[in-house]
Amino acid sequence: MSNSDLSRRQWLAGIAAGAALVTAADAQQAREAASAAAYAPKALTAHEYATLERLSDLIIPADEHSPGALEAKAAAFIDFLCGASEEMRDIYTGGLMWLDEAMAHKYDGKTFLEAAPAEQTAMLDLIAYRRNASPELNPGIQFFAFCRRMVADAYYTTPIGYKDVGYMGNSGMAQFSVPQEAIDYALKRSPQ
Amino acid sequence: MQIIRSPQVFDVVVIGSGAGGGTAVKVLTDRGLNVALLEAGPMLNPMQDFKEHVTPWQVDHRGAGAHAEMYFGRQQWGYFAAPNGYWEVPGEPYTVAQGSTFRWFRSRILGGRTNHYGRISLRFADYDFQPEDGLGDPWPVTYAEMSPWYDKAEGFIGVTGTKEGLRTAPDGNFLPPIAPRVHEILIQRACKKLNIPCIPSRMAMLTKPLNGRAACHYCGQCGRGCHTASAFSSSQAMIFPAMKTGRLTVITGAMARELVTGAGGKVTAVSYVDKATRSEKQVRCKAVVVAASACESARLLLNSKIANGSGQVGRNLTDTVGFAMSGYVPALSGLPRHNCDGIGGMHLYVPWWLYEDKTKDFPRGYHIELGGGFGMPELGSFAGQCNRHEGYGKALKEKIREEYGAYVHFSGRGEMIPNKDSYCEIDPSKTDAWGIPVLRFHWKWSEHEINQVKHMEKTFASIIETMGGTPMGRAPAPDRAISTGGTIIHEAGTVRMGKDPKTSVLNSYCQSHEVKNLFVCDAAPFVSNPDKNVTLSIVAFSWRASEYLAEEMRKGNV
Repeated sequence: MSNSDLSRRQWLAGIAAGAALVTAADAQQAREAASAAAYAPKALTAHEYATLERLSDLIIPADEHSPGALEAKAAAFIDFLCGASEEMRDIYTGGLMWLDEAMAHKYDGKTFLEAAPAEQTAMLDLIAYRRNASPELNPGIQFFAFCRRMVADAYYTTPIGYKDVGYMGNSGMAQFSVPQEAIDYALKRSPQ
Repeated sequence: MQIIRSPQVFDVVVIGSGAGGGTAVKVLTDRGLNVALLEAGPMLNPMQDFKEHVTPWQVDHRGAGAHAEMYFGRQQWGYFAAPNGYWEVPGEPYTVAQGSTFRWFRSRILGGRTNHYGRISLRFADYDFQPEDGLGDPWPVTYAEMSPWYDKAEGFIGVTGTKEGLRTAPDGNFLPPIAPRVHEILIQRACKKLNIPCIPSRMAMLTKPLNGRAACHYCGQCGRGCHTASAFSSSQAMIFPAMKTGRLTVITGAMARELVTGAGGKVTAVSYVDKATRSEKQVRCKAVVVAASACESARLLLNSKIANGSGQVGRNLTDTVGFAMSGYVPALSGLPRHNCDGIGGMHLYVPWWLYEDKTKDFPRGYHIELGGGFGMPELGSFAGQCNRHEGYGKALKEKIREEYGAYVHFSGRGEMIPNKDSYCEIDPSKTDAWGIPVLRFHWKWSEHEINQVKHMEKTFASIIETMGGTPMGRAPAPDRAISTGGTIIHEAGTVRMGKDPKTSVLNSYCQSHEVKNLFVCDAAPFVSNPDKNVTLSIVAFSWRASEYLAEEMRKGNV
């Protein structure tokens, strides 16, 4: 049957209920974040997962503006997809092993997790930039680019991420209008 | 092999349920005719099939696909988009001739591509029908003849817009326009400085209730399919209401194989494969409307060896010329947050503005579609920033926040002149999963289109720079930056109309010159593929053809 029979009122009411759901999901997310440690990885080993969590925290940390990738459970999403695709899992197991190997080489046999925070970021300062490309670093640079993009994907597709960037849509509006304040802001900053 | 024939003889069998087939079904059932509709895909259930308002975190894979296909380039179409089609359809291959590149999007669901399409609804102009530059062929109809049918089409599907008095973008029967978003106001301002028109968009979304369909609620998710049918789709606005008349029989999972002719050469039945049982069936009819999409309609005619005395079936294949550029606009960074979802797609657009310019080095022209704003974050939304800024940590996070909503996007959509090197034909050695011979494509852009892309590139960059912004990335050479043939999904021309039966397949009513009860009502009849997207014109031409067919049947001429 046609759904065009739905009245606008019913529709907007439905969206309001959806908005309430989002708030509830938001609270749930926060509760889950508090017990993030309780998550049992499905595809990665405990060590791999802990390393990935640390990476995610370094890529999108909490700051005064909002929680970070750790609270948004970015690593859990990536672990879930590693369970859904062998190709994905191989990228992460391979990348994380490369990282431990590279760290051990540089820092006296320490894994990424065992290394001091300054040592961890020293490694990221090498592999987080294409300009450091070299036969020795390329696998790490490639893995980090993939992982960084996925941590961002994971973070910004949660209520925490939506709030961080300030997305206000996905709801019903009776009339579409743009706040004058926003128009003025942009016009004032534009070339005259 | 036993072939099951329908006991009933339908007045008309319509093949395909998109814009053309949906319109035919609506008009013919309104006129009291008994119609059977064949759709190669399944029935549509909007409440189940349309993922409107679903957030990524409500799905375990958040849109990546059950096996993370998105991350490996194996996803056919966005997970949240209306479930309406594929580049690769299981069991339904096609081939591309050596040296050509072409991609063919097929839709397999009731409503076809209208469930997801951009809803950009532009009338062709007078010079589109009767070209003044000697390139291509004239249409057998004029704008003046088509104008009342555009009125009907717009009046029924609902199209936003304003009267502007531009020759390149004829005015229509419009619903109220929608207010521009902030980035669109900035683009319009820059265009004004450059003497480029930038006007309210013409989109098939309802800014007012119309024909029992609710007004838009401005969630911007039209591409996912619209539960309230406020964005036009043939399934919801045409076919479901026609089903309620009791005069429409919908047969889904039905892959048309052949138009069966009887004594006198008329079509007496359509033979189709019932995909569920892999059995051959026939539905009998007094007339047939083929609206299976331009290339699929040509394939059916070629496989039926019918109506092709002109040799033009499959020829004159065109797609829209596509080129896109994005820019970063500092004036928009840190923009006060607000809901700018609006209608899915642009609220303003740029119609072609250089028709009279004799200095340009390409014929015809293009329009510009605008993008930008605070889009709903999805997987991949910030992949560009991650790639551009690199690094990690607080700096990256702040950059993403600061730049959210500060990008603008320009898509050129231009006219391709039909050429002898772009066509489809039956591949002599390959069939689909039901033994139906498949299409082989040949494709070549000409210098006309390549030069047009150069012009788009220069124009988009100058608009972005006038806004104080920076164009992103260096475009490759125009012959590589131009869209791949077929990928703008505006195929047209393969069963073209014309006055002369020696050089055309159909007359001006989309009726076969040779087989009087055979009509083709998608973009296949189009003599050219103007820079104005085909769907509104498919509705207008199908409406006109269907009224004509009903009248001819009433008079006993068909």
